[in-house]
Amino acid sequence: MDEVEEKILRAIQDGIPLTHSPFSEIANQLDMSEKEVISQIKVMHEKGIIRRFGASIGHRDIGIIANAMCIWNVPDERVGDVGTIMANFPEVTHCYERPRRPEWNYNLFTMVHSYTKEDCVEVASEISKATGISDYRLLFSEREFKKTGVRL
Amino acid sequence: MIDLDETDKLILNHIQLDFPLVTHPFQTIAEDIGISEEEVIERLERLHDEGAVRKIGPIINRRSVGGTSTLIAVDVPVTRIDEVAGYINEYSEVSHNYLRPDKYNIWFTVSAPNKERICTILDELKSKTGLEFINLPTKRLFKIGVRFNIR
Repeated sequence: MDEVEEKILRAIQDGIPLTHSPFSEIANQLDMSEKEVISQIKVMHEKGIIRRFGASIGHRDIGIIANAMCIWNVPDERVGDVGTIMANFPEVTHCYERPRRPEWNYNLFTMVHSYTKEDCVEVASEISKATGISDYRLLFSEREFKKTGVRL
Repeated sequence: MIDLDETDKLILNHIQLDFPLVTHPFQTIAEDIGISEEEVIERLERLHDEGAVRKIGPIINRRSVGGTSTLIAVDVPVTRIDEVAGYINEYSEVSHNYLRPDKYNIWFTVSAPNKERICTILDELKSKTGLEFINLPTKRLFKIGVRFNIR
């Protein structure tokens, strides 16, 4: 990431203005052209510095209040295949392989978001059927102490 | 809870991915869904004020800007939950922190420029709380693409 990219990213990381010409306003703040701001954002998207450009949803505020961390004990040699199948479920928002620990023998972690706990349980059961993995648990979040995006 | 009408839902499902990177993005969105630009902006201002939209902007890829992240689990006695959650939240590197009762009950994620910084944070937390923190760093990423299907 170069200096110009970092400058733009800092200016937009908390959101663009909701106006007729949002990128022009950003450009004015930075003393750049609107065209350059837009093309630099596109380049950062292509380079993967920006994972996604779009709206971040306050999912709890609109009723998507249930979220479960589903943890799975997947045979090591099947992790690649199973992780891919799990990632394809639209309700699965995150899917990671993590190391097993002596007292915590789970190696795949998926986040499932939905409207109700029952929905999450149902999704996990569908994932279990689709993958044949039966050793799993759901950890529901009871309190959110902190949630922030990645910031520079 | 915020009540969304069908047009709100249409807008929200439309702008999570592939937000138009053009001179007048809200005009493009308006044309796509068949309402006026003014209405799109008015609705988004309301949805933003109410909290349905946190921001419209970039989701930054922590790895590509240099850095590493991990998930930490800790078994906290029920009477000490708020105290320990408070110590954890003090670090700006902590991005998410949740109570999820199980064998371990507080689960939080840490993003930092390097592994050494994460080790330092965990060492400090251990000495402040006397608790054991279980470090579960990402080995492989299969998906990180939060897009909610709003219905």
